[in-house]
Amino acid sequence: MLWAKKDLLGLEYLTPEEIELILETAESFKEVSTREIKKVPALRGKTAVNLFYEPSTRTRVSFEVAAKRLSADVINIATETSSVRKGETLIDTGKNIQALKADIIIIRHNCSGAANMLARALDISVVNAGDGWHEHPTQALLDMFTLKEKLGKIKGLNVAIVGDIAHSRVARSNIWGLTKLGANVTVCAPEMLLPVGIEKTGVKTSSNIDEVLKDTDAVNVLRMQFERDEGTAFPEQLDYYKKFGITEERLAKAKKNIIVMHPGPINRGIEISSEVADGKNSVILEQVTNGIAVRMAVLFLVAQAREARA
Amino acid sequence: MSILIKDGRVVDPANKIDAVLDILIEDNKIARIARDIKTQADSIIDATGKIIAPGIVDMHVHLRQPGREDKETVSTATAAAVKGGVTTVLAMPNTNPAMDCVENIKLLKEVINKDAKINVFVCGAITKGRLGKELSLAAMLKKNGAYALSDDGCSVDDNELMLEAFKKARQAGILTICHCEDKKISGKGVINLGFNSTRLGLRGISNESEYKRVARDIELAEKAGATVHIAHVSCRQSVEIIAKAKRKGTKVTCETAPHYFSLTEDALLGYDTNMKMNPPLRSPEDLAVVKQGLRDGTIDVIASDHAPHTENEKDIEFERAEFGVIGLETELAVSITELIDSKLLDWTRLFEKLSFNPAKILGIDKGSLSQGRAADVVIISGEKEWQVRKNELASKSKNSAFLGRTLKGVVDYTICNGKIVYKK
Repeated sequence: MLWAKKDLLGLEYLTPEEIELILETAESFKEVSTREIKKVPALRGKTAVNLFYEPSTRTRVSFEVAAKRLSADVINIATETSSVRKGETLIDTGKNIQALKADIIIIRHNCSGAANMLARALDISVVNAGDGWHEHPTQALLDMFTLKEKLGKIKGLNVAIVGDIAHSRVARSNIWGLTKLGANVTVCAPEMLLPVGIEKTGVKTSSNIDEVLKDTDAVNVLRMQFERDEGTAFPEQLDYYKKFGITEERLAKAKKNIIVMHPGPINRGIEISSEVADGKNSVILEQVTNGIAVRMAVLFLVAQAREARA
Repeated sequence: MSILIKDGRVVDPANKIDAVLDILIEDNKIARIARDIKTQADSIIDATGKIIAPGIVDMHVHLRQPGREDKETVSTATAAAVKGGVTTVLAMPNTNPAMDCVENIKLLKEVINKDAKINVFVCGAITKGRLGKELSLAAMLKKNGAYALSDDGCSVDDNELMLEAFKKARQAGILTICHCEDKKISGKGVINLGFNSTRLGLRGISNESEYKRVARDIELAEKAGATVHIAHVSCRQSVEIIAKAKRKGTKVTCETAPHYFSLTEDALLGYDTNMKMNPPLRSPEDLAVVKQGLRDGTIDVIASDHAPHTENEKDIEFERAEFGVIGLETELAVSITELIDSKLLDWTRLFEKLSFNPAKILGIDKGSLSQGRAADVVIISGEKEWQVRKNELASKSKNSAFLGRTLKGVVDYTICNGKIVYKK
């Protein structure tokens, strides 16, 4: 067994082999969702808890569907309804969930490092469903799974990530994962949205999307959140669309079979045009489908690792 | 009560002594330092193979009393101090209420007289409530026992007001200690700005937020003819700016803390909140320049910036955790481990920075082993190693950046005002 980690915290912490293993395991799970009875007993008797400190529908539902297709019991905790609002600390909440004999906590949190901290404090598995600007490993894994499915490989591919790189956990996880598997990654954004030292991960940086698209095999378009209240400089919305928006006009000058990805939810007319989002190059809905297989693989592997340890 | 310390290696920068000698303490004072003193004493300490030095004068300590006695008190902080060989501290004024008026200082001094195991001097606040709006009365504070003024934790943003503060401090003949941080630049940052802040997805604090304020404060102090001391220097440019000012003859001194010459931003990669402090741990390049500054004399003082916080305030999400680490119990050992072992400093130079210089800067008769002085002495096994363990710390708070680390240099005795206040 190649997988020995009880947690999945980020792709920065994984070896290329571990990433490959998740993708391969996901491949074998993908078929389950096409069956008439969409269920396997792999996690029967196990309990997974979705602990979400940030509003999220798609990621939470995707994890819930994945866990249920593995026959696990799923409990959803959202901050609005829990004692978190009464001032309970993250670690106390985690220990309470552990005391309920749950097996896996799937955590979404607005603070970077929250999943790392919880994993250190608990014996049960912790799966990071997005922490602050840090990582969103299952999103990157499903992006990579989709790439591999569409283009047959990841090594040697030219992948562009476009948008607010500085504040994006999706970008960071994709950068780690893709570079580990040998893709050539370019991050493309207005200068103010490129974080300090990002080129040390091995990516190229650019602020010219037309230039980047010329020899790109796949472009991952990040969601732009102009409503962010950071006090930091941000581009004008219309200006951004003009300079970085992924439109049909732009794609016409790109590689013919370029793949367009987006982690969702998409802002039509803000970072991507409707025509492109719904067009023939878009794999946005396939990403959603693949998300289930990838999350099934992750839940399965971390549960196995804990069992092997016990 | 007399104490005779025999056959130790006496290191006293003030008197340029580094030799194997005996020290006789009588009537709480250093009575004699000589070879082979033959006299009776109430207590005789065999210090063969040990270092004997003036007790440490730590000019940057947060006692947390009054206001946050759950973090630390005069009693617990000074109990931690004696374990670390510290016999004098300067108490920073960011208490609640702040040390911005005579009444508050008087109340604190009552607690100190009752509870302190060592010498505690009080630092007053530059502005009322440390809000940077209205100056406190420098002359009054000095008259009533403040030995320096600082808004530590904050910097006075208003240039005019800070210039006025320096002028008043000069007139009162009191030192100003500056926490140099432009919060308009550091903003909501929590670690050093760089590749690590990018990797961790945390907001960064640039060197610029520190050194620009260092440059401003030196410039304003020069203009006012005042004496300024720069607190907790952490980055390359600050050291360079201070070195330049010193060459020009400006009356500026500065300190750094042990974590800035022993740890870098790489210590943050696991989101350990005990590595979160302000200014933040910087890059290896910054650390190298801080070390060079210690060596060439640009950095005059090593001070702990002892900043206790409860577990409730540290064992939470990184961004939400308090800034600061404790340091009274480890500053000597970290200094020995990092500076003596690597031969960056010799023992004399080390105790210049730990004891002699801070006393001189504060204008207090501490930090030396001169005959007739109150006997503040530390006896150290310089080669002996120990491990920093949470449950063995005397401080009320346990937020040390060195938990689990093996350090060199064990304090065997701490003597303050001629009394043994700590014995291993």
